[in-house]
Amino acid sequence: MSLASLARRVRVPRGAAISAYAFLLPALLVVGLFTLAPIAYALFVSVQKMDLVSGRHTFVGLRNLAYLVEDDKFWAACHNTLVYVAVVVPLQTALAMVLACAINGKIRFKRGYVTLLFLPTLTSSAAMTMIFMWLFNNNGLVVLFLQERLGISINFLGDPRWALGIIMLMNVFSTIPHFMVVFLAGLQEIPASLYEAARLDGAGPFSRHWEISVPQLMPITFYVLTMGLIGCFQVFDQAFILSGGEGGPENATLTFTLLIYHFAFKNYNTMGLACALAVVLTVIIFCATLILNRFVRADGANR
Amino acid sequence: MSRKSYANGALYLMLSAYSLLTLAPFIWAILTSLKSPREIAEAASVWPQAPTLAAYETILHGPFYQWLWNSFMVATAVTLLNVLFNTMAGYALARFQFRGRGLLFQALMLLIMVPSQVTMIPAYMIVARLGLVDTHLSVILTSAASIAYIFMMRQFFVNFPAEIEEAATLDGSGPLHRFFRIVLPMAKPALATQAIFVFMGIWNEFMKPLLFISTVDNYLLTQGLNAVAKQYAKSSSWNLIMAGSIISILPILSMYIALNRRFLNINDQSSGIK
Repeated sequence: MSLASLARRVRVPRGAAISAYAFLLPALLVVGLFTLAPIAYALFVSVQKMDLVSGRHTFVGLRNLAYLVEDDKFWAACHNTLVYVAVVVPLQTALAMVLACAINGKIRFKRGYVTLLFLPTLTSSAAMTMIFMWLFNNNGLVVLFLQERLGISINFLGDPRWALGIIMLMNVFSTIPHFMVVFLAGLQEIPASLYEAARLDGAGPFSRHWEISVPQLMPITFYVLTMGLIGCFQVFDQAFILSGGEGGPENATLTFTLLIYHFAFKNYNTMGLACALAVVLTVIIFCATLILNRFVRADGANR
Repeated sequence: MSRKSYANGALYLMLSAYSLLTLAPFIWAILTSLKSPREIAEAASVWPQAPTLAAYETILHGPFYQWLWNSFMVATAVTLLNVLFNTMAGYALARFQFRGRGLLFQALMLLIMVPSQVTMIPAYMIVARLGLVDTHLSVILTSAASIAYIFMMRQFFVNFPAEIEEAATLDGSGPLHRFFRIVLPMAKPALATQAIFVFMGIWNEFMKPLLFISTVDNYLLTQGLNAVAKQYAKSSSWNLIMAGSIISILPILSMYIALNRRFLNINDQSSGIK
């Protein structure tokens, strides 16, 4: 007690500000140089017409936006990304929660299951995409199985109706374990007394799940939904690898970020468009997060 | 009682089914990597008729070995820098009183929301201006600190008892000495979590090396894997592509298994950035 109060008096901050900034300096240098400055620069370039190689630029104002709105590829990317988010986010959240609840049940080999299920999250998106491309290749396991057993043959990767679906499946598959572990951590913090009380009231396992686990997990669910939303809007690796960087077949796998890449590095003179599109994406993610926030709160579910 | 065992049986069934589903693509990849190209073209059987490790030999004789080493060096450097810088920054934000602390913290929280695509292109231009294009240093420097983990470490230190540090202050030790001799050893679990996530993130990173690095010898693993796939997909040498994929998973898998216990228990503090 006396030691603590004495210590507080000793810790009067004279050199504290200096040492604080010294401790912060390396991280702030990196963040300033490679995050803050690029954001400012991106905002500047987004209203310019600019060539990557020469660096020459002229002010065009909002004409970049006008150009984007007239581009079919922009709308294709918009459509693909929105469909992607709308399917993947709910699916991965629900499945991750179900799996976490299952593992949280009274079962043996918990750690074994978690370790095993975590494999897809450990695997790089590059390796995962390779494996899925081969799985759904015309000579791959899935196609052969469907041909042999059901007599139907689908060209999953070459058919615009299927290609994006494969990427969705892949992302759900590799993201579930990550969020499952997050849910699991949340489940372990729910006091056991709540379940005890419900059991005494005669509630079965299913009603215990719906009446206790689901509402208690709401803050975690919100976190998972938010991170999932942000991640899904930025999907790049899988689409890039699967389509060889093109976004094909027929723009079916062209996502926002892939289009940004195209504008920045594949076409000349369109660096401004790339940055404008990046700013548009940021605004969309911001709005989506805000809407999600409002939605979950309005539901009264947020504790 | 019987109802309970029914429910438990269903749990086991579900988890085992999903585990099988999780493993299936990887087993398929391993089986493929053991086949010969002809067997793959004929697509006659799921099981390799004459298992061979030839694909692994071919892959490791190419530049793959170099890429593996590149990725390992870059990931190690990035992990060390991140753990040091993020922990120092998080510590300062949690422990020191100084003007503008709240403002700084809020500014960082705002920056965390901006997608990396916005910063990636201008960051490339800055890297080019610094003359670092096509060097590993470009990836290392641009990834040397992470706001998400600064935030995580701040939260960790806010909940961390300050008495021992205060006692050390009374003994006349300076902030640097306190940080390295007292704080860091006590923060080991948080440091381990951070290290694993940072390592995993940079090991699996695809976009950054794709933009920054252009010479084949300098490729990082993910990028190299993509190049290998492009090269071999035309000739349908999927055994080689799968062997490469499997090799790329092994280092991160062994690290995960080694640190499994630590990793799972405090995973909840991490922010899920993938």
